[in-house]
Amino acid sequence: MQFLSYLINGISLGSVYALIALGYTMVYGIAKMLNFAHGDVIMIGSYVVFFAFGSAGMNPVLAIVLSMVVCTILGVTVERVAYRPLREAPSLAVLITAIGVSYLLQQVAQLAWTSNPKSFTSVVTGLQPISLFGGQLTISAETVVTIIACIVIMAALIWFVNCTPAGHAMLAVSEDRGAAQLMGVNVNATISLTFAIGSGLAAVAGALLCSSYPTLQPTTGAMPGIKAFVAAVFGGIGSIPGAFLGGILLGVIENLSKAYISTQLSDAIVFLVLVVVLIVKPTGLLGKKVNVKV
Amino acid sequence: MLKNMKKSTKSNCITLGIVIGFFVLIQILSAAGLLTNSFSGQLVPICAYVILAVSLNLTVGMLGELSLGHAGFMSVGAFSGTLVYVVLSDSAPKPLVMLLAFVVGGVVAGLFGFLVGIPVLRLSGDYLAIVTLAFGEIVKNVMNACYLGVDSHGLHFSLKDSASLNMEVDGKVLINGAMGITGIKKASTFTIGIVLVIITLLVILNLVNSRAGRAIKAIRDNEIAARSVGIPITKYKLMAFVTSAVFAGVAGVLYALNYSSLVAKKFDYNTSILILVFVVLGGIGNLRGSVIAAAVLTVLPELLRSMNDYRMLIYAIVLIVVMIFNQSPEMIALRKRLTARFHKEGEGDKAKEKKGVA
Repeated sequence: MQFLSYLINGISLGSVYALIALGYTMVYGIAKMLNFAHGDVIMIGSYVVFFAFGSAGMNPVLAIVLSMVVCTILGVTVERVAYRPLREAPSLAVLITAIGVSYLLQQVAQLAWTSNPKSFTSVVTGLQPISLFGGQLTISAETVVTIIACIVIMAALIWFVNCTPAGHAMLAVSEDRGAAQLMGVNVNATISLTFAIGSGLAAVAGALLCSSYPTLQPTTGAMPGIKAFVAAVFGGIGSIPGAFLGGILLGVIENLSKAYISTQLSDAIVFLVLVVVLIVKPTGLLGKKVNVKV
Repeated sequence: MLKNMKKSTKSNCITLGIVIGFFVLIQILSAAGLLTNSFSGQLVPICAYVILAVSLNLTVGMLGELSLGHAGFMSVGAFSGTLVYVVLSDSAPKPLVMLLAFVVGGVVAGLFGFLVGIPVLRLSGDYLAIVTLAFGEIVKNVMNACYLGVDSHGLHFSLKDSASLNMEVDGKVLINGAMGITGIKKASTFTIGIVLVIITLLVILNLVNSRAGRAIKAIRDNEIAARSVGIPITKYKLMAFVTSAVFAGVAGVLYALNYSSLVAKKFDYNTSILILVFVVLGGIGNLRGSVIAAAVLTVLPELLRSMNDYRMLIYAIVLIVVMIFNQSPEMIALRKRLTARFHKEGEGDKAKEKKGVA
């Protein structure tokens, strides 16, 4: 029974990773860059929810929507200011710039809201925990909401990418940027849209993450951000179902190793998984193999 | 004689001259009693960071691969070297033990560099960066949970807590988990630091200007082309990566022996980024720049104490601006136009040509 409880909590944590991983995987697939600052967008989103809902007493759904708007604007602005000038630059330059943006967001948050941890009020209100097997297994409402939210968002995203013109444009740009441009796809707008969606999802992920793990500080986003990237790579970067699968698996692995091996070593185990995956199957579980042409 | 010197030799002499000049200057200032306490406390860390920046520049600048786990190699070197120093410090003359500590730190870090390098160097770009980041985090987590003790039966090791080491009464805990190694007798001095900096520079500058160095730079510029002319990619990538790790380990020992305790938390992702900032601001691929940037940026926060809250913020902004200014195609074109305008017609063309060659 305990195992089941760890498993479900792992799936819940994994759902959050999956939501964050979506942002990484879409941006990586389309802009071919690793957006290191993605984790910190989550942190900014969580602060917005914290102030709008926790301090100002706004309706939780409205607070999340507000946070999504803020994160979307932030994501698009960062892309416009920091990443777009470097579109044709070597990937090393873009990566270092992204690290710079990540640091910038953390430092701004630290100056604005200090590094003291804030205790986050759960956005899931008015729902009772579910009790199963005569009270032997309790699942918190946060867990259920997180998992459902993740599934709904995933389904919506798959529909969006496969069934709308904007989604088709994304697929085309990720396949071949130059050819897509020749076919009349507005590449810059498509990349901006990708950042907007990724950052909006980050806001949701942030609110859900902080509802389950209620300490909020400027570095809150960094670790989940990196782990979500691990999840994206695990599932095969560029693949939306891959991000989902990778996120869930990673969450489960993390929670089970916390429960059965060692709390202190759980992060090390997660990263070890990444190293092993990259060595054995560098394209991830659902990734496509890319041949390098000269 | 100066005229006959090779260009690279001359440049190397200038770099070494700067280091020696800095050493002499500090000695004079210290003899005159002009050094504040906080500044002389920074001298050894300056040397350690210079070594770290120079060695990371070998990976980032020469090999062209981003490593975000440099602090991991530093940590591995620091722990192994310090362990040797703590265990042997009573039973052998101090200079010998120090030397051994540096050698062990460097060798162990190099070994890890090799172990990480073999599989990792099959990857490149972003993947390589993220795996080195993962390596750094794994090292930090494992060292944080690592307990090591010694008693009459030999060494005891555990990943749980100090009680589960099962030691005899005479046992002594060497590494105490998150508390790390405590009770280190400070041994690093500025002179040792400068000697290590000079050794590092000599080795890396010579490597860069050697046949191997040219091969490494060829891999950076175009891996497929390099492979097609018969350069063994894996061998040279590993050579650069391991050399870089060895010196990170040595710097770790130097850094650790400057304090009375050593904790794994010190060598986290932020430290790796800090070293990267030194490399980027000094100029990627420019070793002299790394030396100067590491030294200046280590001292600067001490001098601008009132600005300390904004220090990392400024670093972050500078990092972004430098990257965009140096790498964006539009900016490069703009800069070229500006430099052409500042020079006179004929000279301008020459300057352009020079820029193109460099």
